[in-house]
Amino acid sequence: MSEAVAPALLAAPRAPGLNWRRAVPLLLVAPLLAFMLALYAAPVLAMLSRSLLEPAPTLAHYIELAGDEVFLKVFTNTLSTTVTVTLGTLLLGYPIALGMARARRLLPLILVIVLLPFWTSVLVRSYAWMVLLGRHGLVNEVLLALGLLDRPMRLLNTPLATQIAMVHILLPYMILPIANALRQIDPSLARAAAGLGAGPFGVFRQVTLPLSMPGVMAGVLLVFVLSLGFYITPALVGGPRDMTLSMLIAQRVEQLDWAYAATLSAVLLATALAIIALFQRVFGVGTAFRMSAR
Amino acid sequence: MEGASVTLSGLEKRYENFGAVRGVSIDIRSGEFLTLLGPSGSGKTTTLMMIAGFETPSAGDIAIDGRSVVALPPHRRNIGMVFQNYALFPHLTVAENIGFPLKQRGVPKPERARLVEEALELVRLPGYGARQPRQLSGGQQQRVALARAIVFKPRLLLMDEPLGALDKQLRESLQLEMRRLHADLGITFIYVTHDQEEALTMSDRIAVMNEGRVAQIGAPEELYDRPENRFVASFIGESNFLPATVRGREDGVLVAECAGTLVRATCAGTPATGEAVTLATRPERLRFVDGAWPAPPPANRMPVTVTEAVFVGERCRYLLRAEDGTALVLKEPSSAATRRREAGERAEVAWSVADTILV
Amino acid sequence: MRLLGGGLLTLLLAFLGLPILLVGIVSFSSATYLTFPPPEFGLRWYRAYLGARDWLDATWLSLAVAAAVVVVSTLLGTLAAIGLARLPRGLRVAATGLILSPLIVPGIVVAIGVYYAYSRYGLVGSPLGLVLAHSCLAVPFVVTSVSASFAGLDPRLEQAALSLGATPFGTFRQVTLPLIRPGVLVGALFAFITSFDELIVSLFLSGQGAVTLPRRMWDDLRYAIDPTIAAVSTLTVVLTALLMGAAHWLKRRGERLHTP
Repeated sequence: MSEAVAPALLAAPRAPGLNWRRAVPLLLVAPLLAFMLALYAAPVLAMLSRSLLEPAPTLAHYIELAGDEVFLKVFTNTLSTTVTVTLGTLLLGYPIALGMARARRLLPLILVIVLLPFWTSVLVRSYAWMVLLGRHGLVNEVLLALGLLDRPMRLLNTPLATQIAMVHILLPYMILPIANALRQIDPSLARAAAGLGAGPFGVFRQVTLPLSMPGVMAGVLLVFVLSLGFYITPALVGGPRDMTLSMLIAQRVEQLDWAYAATLSAVLLATALAIIALFQRVFGVGTAFRMSAR
Repeated sequence: MEGASVTLSGLEKRYENFGAVRGVSIDIRSGEFLTLLGPSGSGKTTTLMMIAGFETPSAGDIAIDGRSVVALPPHRRNIGMVFQNYALFPHLTVAENIGFPLKQRGVPKPERARLVEEALELVRLPGYGARQPRQLSGGQQQRVALARAIVFKPRLLLMDEPLGALDKQLRESLQLEMRRLHADLGITFIYVTHDQEEALTMSDRIAVMNEGRVAQIGAPEELYDRPENRFVASFIGESNFLPATVRGREDGVLVAECAGTLVRATCAGTPATGEAVTLATRPERLRFVDGAWPAPPPANRMPVTVTEAVFVGERCRYLLRAEDGTALVLKEPSSAATRRREAGERAEVAWSVADTILV
Repeated sequence: MRLLGGGLLTLLLAFLGLPILLVGIVSFSSATYLTFPPPEFGLRWYRAYLGARDWLDATWLSLAVAAAVVVVSTLLGTLAAIGLARLPRGLRVAATGLILSPLIVPGIVVAIGVYYAYSRYGLVGSPLGLVLAHSCLAVPFVVTSVSASFAGLDPRLEQAALSLGATPFGTFRQVTLPLIRPGVLVGALFAFITSFDELIVSLFLSGQGAVTLPRRMWDDLRYAIDPTIAAVSTLTVVLTALLMGAAHWLKRRGERLHTP
């Protein structure tokens, strides 16, 4: 009996601090819900509905998309950029997170270096890469000075520029969840593994890495979903021919082709939601968004 | 000041399909120090929360001085309460914390300051009013919480494991202080703890709770010397349980056969001859027959084999085995004059009829 | 091995930090075009910024919009966070989903959605439209921050207040509110920065009449890069850093309040 009591007790609701009348919580939440429904949810849904209602209820726009070469090219480009950027942030972010978890005296400095870009607007960071990668930018100047180049190289407005800038902008989203997971690992585990004969690399591969996987998965999900919708950076530093889905949507809105823009929006949103659902199913990391809200 | 009397009758609290409290009835007398003692999940805290008004009973009634308070919200019950981890308001000073209940009652400022200082003196922290709670040690925070709960002169004080977070020495000194406070104030205390020693030290009466029910209620000595069931016998102190078969009664004393020998026990009930029962006796009330015994030697005797001897400082602890294999524990006060027994040695133990209870 | 790790870490941190530092350096350049390293240093571009009517107008508009967003989203978000924890489970999950969804829905989808609807009500090219849309984007930060400080609140503090005779409303005013105040202020700071830095929605809603600072910067970057934007960028980074420092300090203070 007592074994049955313990879990049941844990499930018992915690004592409410205040004795709220039942309607009060709803009255408190209602203004915000009304505000967001009217000014955000309804507008977005109304816009999306254009994809199904133009000119009459139809699925034609979605069916056409499957044979639309512009869409297919842009969609593949967006996905490949997203995958590249995600891998790039993981590759660069993990060592930084590891450094953060091991640093002591230098931790505040590292935190500032990681968090300052995190809180700097995407626009400013994109601009920074325009300065770096421009014809007379730092990278070209250095390469010329070293004699590695004869003439300035075209770096800005290439896919590479987009990828580098996006990796830079999204790095903190990868670093913070991983560092968080690493910090929660009991340091005595690594010592125990070392005591049992594992070398430094063995400890990392068999203890640290597996235990940090929840953070890695959260970071991967965040970066993946965020980079899927990137607009500003590719528009500023990317090439004219390698469009992202977001850029194509903006372009179609400017041409007042609402049905097409709405269809693309629905596809973009569905892709993001599908990836979140997939991660939640497979790895159970759905709370990543709340954890690192920005 | 007169303490409040509290009557719990048929109190129940059910969560969906699980009963946290399943029919608790206790009469708490005016000015009594009553402790609800039990393991976690026994329903003691839920019972206290219902008295305070933070939980609504699913069935039954709570009456204070004969008037039902079930419909009364917590802030109108006028009950003092000390919480686990103190629950001092971290954004207020010590004086503001203690003055909080007075402010709610519209006590004017100068009067409030006087009462706060008085309460601080009562808990032996005079002049601490301007400090922040986090600047105080755990024991000092506990005293502030106590002062805050009694400054408005409630007639009933509830305490939910108030000493749980403190170290052993501090706990013991605060236990004595609580007793003193209880005697000085003369109000009713209801105290919740899972620590039996704490309960035995402080209480007038203890209600031992298990699985949502009161297993036994009584004075500390009563519970220790005459536990009514196996749960109480093992939860309060340590007990040897001897499986036995009833052989009859003699002069109001039960005679039972246990491990091949006849054992006598005090017994209120009348189990039938031939019935299988369990007898309980405390380890420190067993003695080796050839040991230092005040004459005459007690009536119950049993041959045993020593299986393990452990020296624990103030006493020796022996693990013994009776002839039928029943394991027994014997605690003997240690003395350089007493011979230490070895494992494997054969011996005879004895204990008195009054220390043998049917559970 | 350790030296190698330290070197790698330094390199990676340089990759993270240097680009922003670079913008700061460029902003003090005296050259008329974008070049690195700058031939000479001076405050030329800060003077240009302070002397340019359109830049200043955009700055004031952004500050005003962000301030209004702070008021709207903090008020609505705080009330909602208080109620949210006490809603029945099904309703709570649905409401939380709606409130946090702007974190997941791609910016462009929100932007063209509000543009599509707001244009019918004359809300394009007006600061009001920006305030309304930015508030929706800022609310998740307020709600998460306030909810977190609620979750860190010991329910026994509220129980203690009640047992000491405070009414439920009195308990809220005297105990709950002071203890969640740091969380509310952090949420307000997040809301401010969210609105102040927001670009995608502004691109569609600004029109001609309500050009925000990021929108003005965007136009500049697309059509005529001159180092004024470096000066502006540096100023916004400094402002953001100051606000984040304040938020960090408040958070720490809040944690102290919660662990007596």
